[in-house]
Amino acid sequence: MIIYLLCFVLFLVGIYGVITKRDLVKIILSLAIMGYSANLFLILFAYKKSALYPILEKGVDVPMVDPLPQALVLTSIVIELGTTALLVSLVAKLFQKYRTFDITKIRRLLG
Amino acid sequence: MKRQTGMTLIVKTITRLTVWLIILYGFYIILHGHLTPGGGFGGGVIIALAFLNVLLAYGREFTDKWLKISFLEKLESLSIILFLLLGITALLAGKLFLENFIGKGHLYHLLSAGTIPVFNIIIGIKVAMSLFLVIWILSGLKLEEGEEA
Amino acid sequence: MPIETWLTFVLGFMIIGSIVALELKDILSSIISIGVVGLGVSVAFLFLQAPDLAIVQFLFEIFAIIILVKVFIKKDYHYEEPSRINKMLIGVTVITLAVIFIFSISVFKNIPPFGEPLLHTSKYYLENGAGDTGAANLVSSIILDYRAYDTLGEVTVLFTAILGSVTVLRLSIRKNKNKE
Repeated sequence: MIIYLLCFVLFLVGIYGVITKRDLVKIILSLAIMGYSANLFLILFAYKKSALYPILEKGVDVPMVDPLPQALVLTSIVIELGTTALLVSLVAKLFQKYRTFDITKIRRLLG
Repeated sequence: MKRQTGMTLIVKTITRLTVWLIILYGFYIILHGHLTPGGGFGGGVIIALAFLNVLLAYGREFTDKWLKISFLEKLESLSIILFLLLGITALLAGKLFLENFIGKGHLYHLLSAGTIPVFNIIIGIKVAMSLFLVIWILSGLKLEEGEEA
Repeated sequence: MPIETWLTFVLGFMIIGSIVALELKDILSSIISIGVVGLGVSVAFLFLQAPDLAIVQFLFEIFAIIILVKVFIKKDYHYEEPSRINKMLIGVTVITLAVIFIFSISVFKNIPPFGEPLLHTSKYYLENGAGDTGAANLVSSIILDYRAYDTLGEVTVLFTAILGSVTVLRLSIRKNKNKE
């Protein structure tokens, strides 16, 4: 249970960063932290005691861990990278227009 | 004298020697995706990192000449169409959409598992090209001389 | 050592790394700290018997760090002086998150202990996966045969994200060229 709680603490650190930080780069990093925590949580559910990786080998018959959450997380990691690239390009565009990363200053410039 | 772009001569020589080995390793990971850990996603990122290595060492102009970026863009759009076409071919063969319609073969052999290696190759091309395109676009971005509004 | 001890160590390391990344003033240092956290995730995947995910997470972490460093490295990071409103916001947020954490402990008591899988549907995949698809790697057989629709949607999302980023940035590059 302590491992699940630690994973949840990691998610809360990400939420803290999204709420309190004013720098757009730091907000991107906080979103990345939340993504790590969610992926890790799914894989923690899949683990079975004294089981091996879900890849068959010749002549070896051992209990294996749950392959379904691993497949889901594999796609999730790729999508996370795509969204990170999109966020980076949007932040770069905002920097070109307003010459700052501070969201409060950007809001003031909008009027 | 020609203007020097990219990094120093040491970095360029090492890159010239190792980039093909990295690409070969990426192909190995993609082709053995149904037998060992790896697959289209991991192998595609390895190939994209090999191209990125060339981009960092040699600069933009050389990479554009070497790789033909417009061709890569077309390849990227083509791969997703290939994915769909393979799914529709299964319909024509009398199976469900995206179902395996080639023979399964023997377990643990390289040529087995029907459409899974084909899908792996398509996804590898897709991931490699799209990630390299993102790096290419971002490397051409100059924030400092960006115009005001 | 049992695996719980290792995982607790790695997770604590990741929590400390992410707090350091959020609180540092220098932008390069915080990006590198995020890289450390991502490699910690990769190590945790290895302990949890997921070598596929460990490879992919490791490579994607390198890629994300290169993107972030290449775009944001040359910016002068403007130091934000802590105002009173900001301090109050930080205090209120920390207190609220602590309250959420305390109330969530009872939720985590109800799920089964670590090491007993929750999903029972995957027993079918483990028993019949090799016979149905002919692939030795069961993760590969799930994402490309049983759940190929999932992969199709994922490729579409990746395509759309890349298209958006290319569209947003190419406009500005073309504008700069016209000016010259």
